[in-house]
Amino acid sequence: MNEHMTTADFEPYTTADGRRIGGVMMDLRNITLRFGGVTAIKDISFDIREGEIRAIIGPNGAGKSSMLNVISGFYVPQEGEVWFRGKRRPALRPYQVARLGIARTFQNIALFDGMTVLDNIMTGRLTMMKSGLVSQALWWGPAQREEIEHREKVERIIDFLEIQNLRKTPVGRLPYGLKKRVELARALAAEPSLLLLDEPMAGMNVEEKEDMSRFILDVNDEFGTTIALIEHDMGVVMDLSDRVVVMDYGRKIGDGTPSEVRNNQAVIDAYLGVAHD
Amino acid sequence: MTTTQPDAGLRSIPALVARNAAAHRDRPAFREKEFGIWQSWTWSQSLDEIRALALGLLDLRLNRGDHVAIIGRNRPAHYWSMVAVQMCGAVPVPLYQDAVASEMAYVLGHSGARFVICGDQEQVDKVIEAEESQHTVDRIIYTDKRGMRKYDHSRMTSLADVQAQGRAARSRLEAELDARIAELDYDSTCVMLYTSGTTGKPKGVVLSNANVIETARNSSAFDRLQATDDVLAYLPMAWVGDFIFSVGQASWCGFCVNCPEGAHTMMTDLREIGPTYFFAPPRVFEGQLTSVMIRMEDAGRVKKWLFDRSMALARRVGPALLDGRSVGPLDRLGYAASRLFVIGPLKNTLGFSRIRVGYTAGEAIGPEIFDFYRSLGINLKQLYGQTEATVFITQQPDGQVRSDTVGVPSPGVEVRISDTGEVFYRSPGTFVEYYKNADSTASTKDPEGWVATGDAGFFEEATGHLRIIDRAKDVGKMADGSMFAPKYVENKLKFYPNILEAVVVGNGRPFCTALINIDLTAVGNWAERNNIAYASYQELAGHPQVYETIGQHVEEVNASVAQDPILSGCQIARFLVLHKELDADDGEMTRTRKIKRGVISERYADLIDALYDGRDSVRTETEVTYEDGRKGKLRATVRIEDARVLPSPRDAAQQAAAHKVAAE
Repeated sequence: MNEHMTTADFEPYTTADGRRIGGVMMDLRNITLRFGGVTAIKDISFDIREGEIRAIIGPNGAGKSSMLNVISGFYVPQEGEVWFRGKRRPALRPYQVARLGIARTFQNIALFDGMTVLDNIMTGRLTMMKSGLVSQALWWGPAQREEIEHREKVERIIDFLEIQNLRKTPVGRLPYGLKKRVELARALAAEPSLLLLDEPMAGMNVEEKEDMSRFILDVNDEFGTTIALIEHDMGVVMDLSDRVVVMDYGRKIGDGTPSEVRNNQAVIDAYLGVAHD
Repeated sequence: MTTTQPDAGLRSIPALVARNAAAHRDRPAFREKEFGIWQSWTWSQSLDEIRALALGLLDLRLNRGDHVAIIGRNRPAHYWSMVAVQMCGAVPVPLYQDAVASEMAYVLGHSGARFVICGDQEQVDKVIEAEESQHTVDRIIYTDKRGMRKYDHSRMTSLADVQAQGRAARSRLEAELDARIAELDYDSTCVMLYTSGTTGKPKGVVLSNANVIETARNSSAFDRLQATDDVLAYLPMAWVGDFIFSVGQASWCGFCVNCPEGAHTMMTDLREIGPTYFFAPPRVFEGQLTSVMIRMEDAGRVKKWLFDRSMALARRVGPALLDGRSVGPLDRLGYAASRLFVIGPLKNTLGFSRIRVGYTAGEAIGPEIFDFYRSLGINLKQLYGQTEATVFITQQPDGQVRSDTVGVPSPGVEVRISDTGEVFYRSPGTFVEYYKNADSTASTKDPEGWVATGDAGFFEEATGHLRIIDRAKDVGKMADGSMFAPKYVENKLKFYPNILEAVVVGNGRPFCTALINIDLTAVGNWAERNNIAYASYQELAGHPQVYETIGQHVEEVNASVAQDPILSGCQIARFLVLHKELDADDGEMTRTRKIKRGVISERYADLIDALYDGRDSVRTETEVTYEDGRKGKLRATVRIEDARVLPSPRDAAQQAAAHKVAAE
């Protein structure tokens, strides 16, 4: 399945707009994932390179979210291997994944509704907090210093995503588009090297989509974060991503730059709904 | 500062800043909220930052007499830029940051700006777009580095880098900088500000150091401003008022300029800073009052009762106390109690706990709004001014404050009313000239230095206060020869919280009509309360119940207009609620939100025709411009309704007389 990968694929290069794309960060090899009798993913291989924006697209039920869950380590595939930074990755607990530098957002927003925007984003830094329960509760000495340090990082993200006016607003009161932004902020608070976005623009209007696209590009540009995202809106995907994987019925039917994928007959068929055997 | 004579050495803004760095060394000069914390700079730190920037600009070969455009939100770095540019002998030209690229192109071309200081990437993009038609800009300096990495950096530098460059070049360029600062005097240009241009293209108003410093000195003395005062700088930097408050008066008095985190955090920041000296256009006060009232509607019954009682008492007692009139001991006690439990906390929520002097100007303010703030014990006053006067023409002294006048002539200002009723003034703040526009300068300012304001007004004999009726050119005649003053009626309409804007038509017509914009906050809240669903502004604006409410407002205004013997002809016979909000992006208003009558009568010609030909609805299509400059079309069917018009007092008297004659 790896025949499309020549050595040239591993050469770092610079994109037209001046971003550096490095070597392979994550390599997914012959992944097959089954739930009981249902095969969600059938023998899929692709890679994600340092610094790129990698999109996974496909019709409903194609297995995109399952794929993202495999990348994040939430699902362990029955067959195949996940290689991360040159090492084969064993099955991990979620916090171990977070410590590897992988953060994600969810398709159906998973924030703490009763907490403020600021507190929600602070939770993104939990894995990095070292002081114990008691000293945190007493907010004494090192715990205080630590919180100030983390707050500073969080404030930079708040500034970056332009949500200064919402710091003290409970998340439950925010409209959908802003919740998505807060979720992105929380993921960024973990300072990930790989950021997974599950349909970051679902249910947004045109203006919100444009804002979100801008933020995704800026995150990639300013922090050098590698981004893997699932998205339905083809226009957005084609504008944002460096390379696109196309899935249909659990199989990979296309992989390449947006223009390559756009002209791929299998992809056109999948989207226009040609009958499957 | 209590100095009354300008010191010989203090004849430029840089000289004032240098004095402050010595006299108020460790007092805060600027604060800005960034990353959730108020960062502050003392006067001596500010001087250091300004000099570093000026040295950096010299190193980039900024010449004497060059123009430097500054486009960005209120930030210390941008205020420093204005002073640094003057230090180099060049002219700062602040521009409206929400201007679209085409507007920007005109001003950049007209001023011939060689350097542009941009707040962020958005402004840089607009300057680059403007360059398609204008090629004056050599160098772009940007404050916020975000998103700027991919740009061509052969002619772009970040402001911090310019400062670093300046610090590195200190030994080489310091003598040159000091020489240029020493050349500055009262006659050198302090700033060039473009007028918002209600009519035609914007004009560059050149203000000298004498204009700015003398005005700052007089007005600071008028309100006894001191180094301990705090202002919140949130109004556009391109507006003359912000320049006078945040640069002129701040440099003169040495008080602190506080910059909010961003436009949308203004209210929170206002509350955190609690300024002692505050300026806001009426719409800010209106907006605050509306949101207080909406929240009180939602409050519990006890709280609501307490609020209503307190406010009733405050309305009676508050303004009297402010003006130093006598108040009975019982009322004093009650007011003290409500200050403790209701008014104090309310003022704190609004950010007005420490306010000593508040001003509003630009538009007429509704008496209810004005009284509300004054009854809270907020010394809110009105002033009347314009860019060409370096703001101040008239202002209200403490203790003589009313909602329907704009006060007495400011110190040093002479005001006279011409035979046609137009207001003229002459003052130390009278502008030098319109840049590259000798004709306009000559037609505005006569050889003796009198400037026509373009406003019609008169002095009240009893008090000596000036009252402004309308723009002189907008005052017209109706078909039957009676006086037509649209703004007089529009202001009355706008005093209703449900009405955001109104445009009255009627010059040369048999009767008056109005195009009305509803206030989405107020009407939206009412809709929510009454379970009225709506998907858009357009839908809500066309709702029958909204029409009914607006119709009632119109008839109440008619009743009030009918009382005025001269202007009773201006009652509104027919009206409609517009299907879109009037917007500066569509050219319907200026950036300071003044309506442009010419544009509106052209864009909505079909609606206006329908107002006069008796139809009860009209199908229309309007072109709209989105924030990013794209255009679209908006289609709607707009309903037109009739309103009851009352006979004027004169007619009524005649009728009564005729009736009596007939009866006899």
